[in-house]
Order: sequence, then C-alpha cells, then structure tokens
Amino acid sequence: MASGIRDKVAILGMGCSKFGERWDREADDLMVEAFEEAVADAGIEKNQIEAAWLATAIEEQHVGKSGVPLAMALRLPLVPVTRVENYCASGTEAFRGAVYAVASGAADIALALGVEKLKDTGYGGLPQRSRGNLNQMWWANFSAPGSFAQLASAYRTKHGASRDDLKRAMAHISVKSHDNATKNSKAHLRSALTVDQVLGAPLVAEPLGLFDCCGVSDGSACAIVTTPEIAKSLGKRDLITVKALQLSVSNGVEAQHNSWDGSYFATTRVASKRAYQEAGVKDPRAEVDLIEVHDCFSVTELVTMEDLHISAEGRAINDVLDGFYDADGQIPCQIDGGLKCFGHPIGASGLRMIYELYLQMQGKAGARQRKKGPTLGLTHNLGGFPHQNVCSISIIGRG
Amino acid sequence: MTRGILAFGGYIPMRRLSRAAIAQANGWFNSALKSRAKGERAMANWDEDSVTMAVAAARDSLSDRNRDDIAALHFASTSFPFLDRLNAGIVAGALNLKSDIAAHDHAATQRAGTSALSLALDAADAGPQLVVAADKRQTKAAGTLEMHVGDGAAALLVGTGDVIAELVGKATRTVDFVDHFRADGFAYDYPWEERWIRDEGYQKIVAETLASLLKETGIAAADISAFCMPCTLPRVAAALAKKAGMPDAAVQDNMSATCGETGAAHPLLMLSRALENAKPGDLIVVAGFGQGSDALAFRATDRIGAFKPKLGVKGHLARRREEKNYNKYLSFNELVTMERGMRSEVDKAIALSALYRKRDMLTGFIGGRCSVCGTVQFPKSNICVNPNCNASHTQEDQPFADLDGKIMSYTADELTYTPDPPACYGMVQFEVGGRIMMDFTDIDPGQLDVGRDMDMVFRVKDRDPQRGFTRYFWKAAPAGGIGDGG
Repeated sequence: MASGIRDKVAILGMGCSKFGERWDREADDLMVEAFEEAVADAGIEKNQIEAAWLATAIEEQHVGKSGVPLAMALRLPLVPVTRVENYCASGTEAFRGAVYAVASGAADIALALGVEKLKDTGYGGLPQRSRGNLNQMWWANFSAPGSFAQLASAYRTKHGASRDDLKRAMAHISVKSHDNATKNSKAHLRSALTVDQVLGAPLVAEPLGLFDCCGVSDGSACAIVTTPEIAKSLGKRDLITVKALQLSVSNGVEAQHNSWDGSYFATTRVASKRAYQEAGVKDPRAEVDLIEVHDCFSVTELVTMEDLHISAEGRAINDVLDGFYDADGQIPCQIDGGLKCFGHPIGASGLRMIYELYLQMQGKAGARQRKKGPTLGLTHNLGGFPHQNVCSISIIGRG
Repeated sequence: MTRGILAFGGYIPMRRLSRAAIAQANGWFNSALKSRAKGERAMANWDEDSVTMAVAAARDSLSDRNRDDIAALHFASTSFPFLDRLNAGIVAGALNLKSDIAAHDHAATQRAGTSALSLALDAADAGPQLVVAADKRQTKAAGTLEMHVGDGAAALLVGTGDVIAELVGKATRTVDFVDHFRADGFAYDYPWEERWIRDEGYQKIVAETLASLLKETGIAAADISAFCMPCTLPRVAAALAKKAGMPDAAVQDNMSATCGETGAAHPLLMLSRALENAKPGDLIVVAGFGQGSDALAFRATDRIGAFKPKLGVKGHLARRREEKNYNKYLSFNELVTMERGMRSEVDKAIALSALYRKRDMLTGFIGGRCSVCGTVQFPKSNICVNPNCNASHTQEDQPFADLDGKIMSYTADELTYTPDPPACYGMVQFEVGGRIMMDFTDIDPGQLDVGRDMDMVFRVKDRDPQRGFTRYFWKAAPAGGIGDGG
C-alpha cells in the first residue's frame, strides 16, 4: 500500500488573476498576473523554481501546444516545463505534477500554472471543436450543457424527484453562488440573482436554463509548492499542506455498460473515497469544512454532493434547499462563487479552487472570509461528460 | 424457372408538407399554385437523402430475412448524393450485405426504378436481387413541381423459386423525349409544358409500351386488376388504362394527395402498395416513364398472403405528421440561406481511411458481443467493457440495427448546432445489453421520456459543405413514429 501524498508537500504561495471577459489581456498577460501574486506570496525569487507544469485544455484557442508558452511568458530559466491536459480537470493535473515532483525529491520548489483565454471565439459558450477523426463520425452531436443536462432525467427517474423540485434545488445552487460572488472582486459574474430569475431563464439544454450554466472566462491561477521543511526554512508558519490527490478516469463502463444509471459520477465516487483514505478522513460530512466543486452546471453540483459522500444518496435536494452548502451553512460550497460565477477558464479552474481553500485557511479571503477559519478543504475538478470523464479530488489542510 | 418478386417494402418520410402551406407562402408569386393547394407531400427530414431512404425501404422489405443469399443490389435514383462513389455500396454496407455481391447505381431517368427492376429480373438466375429506388426531389421554390413531387423509396427483392408475384412479361421503349432535364452542374429540373408531356409523351410512348406488353404476353387487358402508373398529372393514368382496355378500377391511387410523386421510386412504391393489397391470381402492371417507357406485368401467386413488409407503404402513409412550416422545408432543402452561426463552422473533413477501417461499425452498425461473458457492447473493442470480465480479444460481431432500445437519459439542446433545433439526443440502452449516446431524429422535445422505445435508423450525420461529403451514421427514432399527437 502506497504511503500517499499526505503532509509531504506544502503550498508556498498562490496567485489568481481576475477572471472574466479579459478583452484587453492575452494569455501571457494572465499568466504573469497570477504568477506575480504567487511568487510575491511565496517570498522567493523566480529562479528558485526548479520545475513547472502548465495546464491548458483548449490550447488551439490561445497559446498552442507544449510547455514553451509558460517558459516564454515568465522567462523561466530553462527549467523543465510540462504542459498537461485532462479536459476541464487540467488545472489539478498541473498541481499534481508539481506536488509529485516535490514529493519525489526531483525538485525542491515547483510551479503549477493553469491558464485559458477562451473569449476569442466570436460566440458565447465553450469553443466548438473537432472530437477526433473516429469520434466525430459516431458520437452524438452533444454539447457540454446537453450532456450534463441528462443527469437530471436520470436522477429524477432514480429518485422519483419531480422536475419542479429538482429545478428549485438547482436554482438555489445558482442563487447561492451568485450571492457568494458578489463578495469576490476577482469573480467574473458579480450580480445577485433571484430564484425566479433562474427559473424563468431561457432553456439551454432541457432542463438547464441559462443560469444553470457556469461562465466561460479568461483567467489564470497558479501554485508554488515545496516541502514542509523548506517552507519552514523560508519562514512560513501555519503551513497549508496537501492531504490527498486522487484522480479517477472513466474506462468506458458508464458509456458502454448497462451497470451505470446515468444519475451520478462513477469517477467522483471512487476518487473521493480514495482521497478520504489518503487524507485519513473517516466522516467527510463531519470533518471537511469547506468544499470547492466543479459546478459547470447546477445539476453537476447537486449530484456531486452525493458523489462526495457528504449528502446521502437521494438527499442532495434536501441538503441544498436546507442551506447546508450555503456560505453560512455547515459546509460552504463555492464560497468564492465557483465556476458558476468566479468563472471557468478551464486550465485554471482546478488551481482556482485550491487558491480559495488556501486563502480561507489563512484568513485572507476578505469579505467572503468564513468566520471560523476552515482547516480541511476539498476540491473537486471534473473534466469531460457524465458518461465519460476524469475526476480529480484534492484535499488541503492546515498543519 | 419461375421468376418474380420475393419481398417488397417502402419508405415515406414521416413529415408531410401541407400543399396549402406551400400555396400560402408562394401564391403571391405563382397564383396557379392556389388551385393545387390540396393534400400533402412527403418531405424528407434534413438528415435524409436517397441513400438513407433506400436503406429504410430495404429494411422494410427484408425485415428479419437472412440477407446472405442476396447476389446483387440495384439502386435507382436521380438524386444520388455522390456522382462518383457507388451509392449502392453505401446501402449495401448499411444492410450488411456480403461483399461478394454485385452492386449497381441506375441513374439519370425517372424510369431508372423500373429499368433496374427489369434488369434484376433478367439476372435472377444468379440469385436474389435486391432492387431499391429512392428520390429526394430537389425543386425550385414556388414552381408547380414543388407541389407535385414528394420524397420516398421502395424496395423489391426479386428472384426465382417461391415467388409471391410471378413475372408474366415486360416490354420497353427508348425514346429521347425530353419532358424535363437536369444537366450536369445544375441543381434543378428544367421542365417543358405539361400538356405536351401528357399528349406526346405519356399518351403515346407509354401507350405503345403497354400495347407491346399485352401483345407479347397475351394478357387480356380486362383481366388486369392493378395498373401502377406513377404519373401525377391529372387523368393520365385513367386515359392510358381506358385506351389499353383495362377496367377503370384497375387504376391505382398515385398517392398524389398523400405523398407526391417520388421520382424513380414512384412506380415501385405503387407496385409495393398494390402487392400489399393483392390476392392470389391478381394481375398487376407497373409502368415507368422517362426517355421511353418500361412496362412489367406480374401475377400474384398463392404465397402472396404469406408475406408482409415490416410497415409497408400503407403503414408509412399512416405514420404521418403534418408540417405546416414551409420555411422549414426551404431550410432543409437549402432553398434559403439560414444564419447557421459560428458553431456550424467546425471543419467536417472526413478521414476516409478511418471510415474504411471502421466501416462495419459506422455503416453496418456492428458492435461486439463478448464470447466469454455475453456482454453486448458498442463499439466492438479489444477488451470487454464488463468490469467483471475484461476478457481480451473475445468479441464477436453483434449487429445493432434491429435491437430494441429505450431512452435512459435525454436532453433537448438549444446550444449545439443542428439544422433542426433543438438537438435531441441521449443515452439509448438496448434490451440485450449495450448502450450508446445517440442523436435522436424524427422526434419532438415533448416526446422525450425515459423508457421510450426507440428504433435504429440510418441517417445523414453531417454534411461537409467545404468538400461536399455526406457522412452517415445511425440515430434513434421513436419506435413506430410519433404521428400527429406530438
């Protein structure tokens, strides 16, 4: 049994650009914006970074392939730079690469940076791309909202939930994230919404309306990691350390085998269990005190509450409507606004989630700071579609 | 050796465009349309063409019949999607016919259907011959042709032995009578005056051919019980029957009111319909017209009652849904330039080598069945998807086209580009195992429901506007159609 990553790596510094429609910024500008904050926070010089990972998902829209765009933007001193991509979970992949490099002893200090410059397509929503020579000859003509929307019909069938009840819980999720984002100056969407506005919005993909969908944003986020010993030697106190990093990738069972009912994420259930084990968490509902999940769509957030083993199966609607995940609830979810409102610059999103946990644990989250500082947080970074996806879970904690 | 018809079937697209809707849209421009604003015409969905309709008609005729003895495929159309690529080859692939068959495209005349049937009968000694005819009629807006024509297909399996209708005889004429033409590089027909076509064309050329048929076969015209004359000009069929001495009652409904004239397919569609109603001993004559004429006579045998197509022409006519939106017809037929949006601009280039390598999967809809655990799966793969099996290299071919499927999850997507929004799709789960996230077609968003029974249909997946390539795959359509209720 592997010993796992728990307590082997500390976060030395983090940064995050403002997310949004950054019409006046190129991808390298966004990278520099996030990096300058992180390197100042870490209190190191750039040339102390020994290895770097760059996450971008739709690289053909902005920087192109390879690690070169990061090395060029930051003028890194000819260090190894690896570009990673794993759908919308790419950001956590970069983090994983940097953390593992430090844990292995290959690098003392490593950088993970995610960036996406999406707002140069000429239209709203995610860029439309080819899915590969063979896939595009037989895959359904589905969009991201259309694939996630199907969670709703399957979830309703399984749990006997009415469309109205489900829509109300989904609306609560979006209203909550909009409320939270009003207190976040870096968020893309900062206006509050009412439940009626959400329910009355035009449909994008039945039953998802416009406000059930997250923003498509430009932005960048990054982390500088090192060992706890080096962090202490650099004068850091009250370390924030990595407790678990787990990734689960669909192998075709959901898409091709009739054992999956379409109402949940098989990968999330597996990855979160493994992460709790790696972090030594026995009862996540009692022990985890802050979560940032991949709320690309409101219904994704809803079913994810069950897949993380925090809400009981079939009970997410009740927990959501009871305010369990609100900013003043027992386990706030998306206290920074989430993908929904902070925004979703794909390659940056996983790192943005960790950034929020890192700020909250240090009491540096400003107007949205949770009163009793969280000590154990979880990020859930998903990529792909409910029927075939990658799910990355990280657990971050104090000490 | 007795030769004749072994099986028959048809296909008519579910949508029927109301002629009143055409007249309402175009009457200001062409006032003659107003007097023709009766009934309706079949209108192919955006994802249908002569290839997909031919496949549908062939499947209607063959049902569960073993296809391995079929020796040749004849495909007749004047609206083939490809000028240089064997269109019959696509149909053969979708039907999973064996590769050692002969396959022919019969083109360039409205009588291509009857000529293909005639040739197939001549070749029947080589084994059963599948004849399919289909047309998706391309016409200009606001012309009378737009009112007359319809989209559809028919299929006949001909051969020797235990036939349901025996060939009595046939006659033919070839005359370069140009009632209309469509030159290379032109999209639309250029027609001449209807009265001339009627008097100099049908009433002379077809009449002479019928006379030859009667003379050579020794049939008494009075004994003919069904005369399938695909002309939708008024009173032409009745006049021809009268001239030949056939009973008035023999003249078959030309489906002008319900379907419209389906080009090369129409004589065979009418023949299929006549066969549905035939009793043993009935004498059926079918004619084709176009730069000459074909006439073929069949006599129904005692076996006629034993055969039923899956849905048949009658069933397809009943499975209808009125379309009053003429603008949708214009859009589906690219008669109006729609703002399709940037999402439609994704490059649709096709990797021909990948299409060939995966032709059984993509055209034949062949998946896998694990010989160890029995799990049915799509696509067929090296390692069984069943997590409790995962056996390697154990999968046998599993055809999916005729499997019963049900919707497991669905959506109606307003975001993704489709010529007929919203894009409806979802996970279809098959009763024997296996599932596929599939495009739905011939469905309304209101008809989406978990557990709904779905049939598999061969349709256009995409058209590449840059290179003109049409890409096909299978979609799910509500079993039995959704009719007017939805």
